[in-house]
Amino acid sequence: MAKMTLEQLRTLREEKKGEMIKRDVEGKNIQIIVGMGTCGIAAGAKQTFDEIVKAIDENSLNADVIIRQTGCMGLCHVEPTVEIVMPGMPATIYGRVDAPTARELVVRHVVGKTLVENHIYDRPAVDIVKK
Amino acid sequence: MHFAICDFLLDLIQNSVEADAKTITVCVAEERGLLEASVADDGKGMDEEELERAKDPFYTDGRKHARRKVGLGIPFLLQSLELAGGSSSFESRKGEGTTLSFSFPADGLDTPPLGDLPGLILSAMCFDGDYELIVRRRNVFRAVEYEISRSEIIETVGPLTDAGALVAVREFLASQEAS
Repeated sequence: MAKMTLEQLRTLREEKKGEMIKRDVEGKNIQIIVGMGTCGIAAGAKQTFDEIVKAIDENSLNADVIIRQTGCMGLCHVEPTVEIVMPGMPATIYGRVDAPTARELVVRHVVGKTLVENHIYDRPAVDIVKK
Repeated sequence: MHFAICDFLLDLIQNSVEADAKTITVCVAEERGLLEASVADDGKGMDEEELERAKDPFYTDGRKHARRKVGLGIPFLLQSLELAGGSSSFESRKGEGTTLSFSFPADGLDTPPLGDLPGLILSAMCFDGDYELIVRRRNVFRAVEYEISRSEIIETVGPLTDAGALVAVREFLASQEAS
């Protein structure tokens, strides 16, 4: 692979825009947020993030999805964690999201609008929840 | 515990972002039998006592999660450095910023792998907020040397919340490692 210049990066980006197909989803307001604190990083959140980016791109959802990173969401015991906020679905925090699960979230939750069972966590770890 | 040196670096960079840094400079160099890295920021900084306490795994400033009693980012790095016979130099001034530098012996049996550097740089650019990130990279053995800034990448591809932009930038970053 030859070293790319910024100009070549700009061209590649324009090509990607050309390939984009707008899916039938309401607006551009799907947000996917990956927890990238110490706990997330140790559990492999970088691989999770990479897989989500790839899956969004492969499913031509670029026009509809915003991908973000944040720090620790307080669910250290089930990292990596991913929050998905989108119209027509409850805001959901998923835990134990390895790369295959990340792909499943894109295909089933974002595209299929179905909750992915056994990975739903909505409460922080006990040490930061008031008793 | 983190697996790769890139994981330690991402953790330190995330600390810098949370410390409201405007500019974060990351250096990763492989030379003379050493793997050297540093993260320097102009964030809120720590006084001597706070910096010392940041090395304690059972200390956190408690601002984010009031009841949480652990802060493992820096302690993980120190533990790994101790195991591998590396060294570190941490400096911080309240209100001015923090510079964390460390080095591992390149051929040490307990030295963690460098990890996925293009993935690290991409992730480090993707936190929320309007901060500048400058990455300086050097590997004398493979004749690799480059400098990348977050602002020039965003200026070239647009917001880094778009998967299409992220895919393109990842390819660009991977190509920078070509010798």
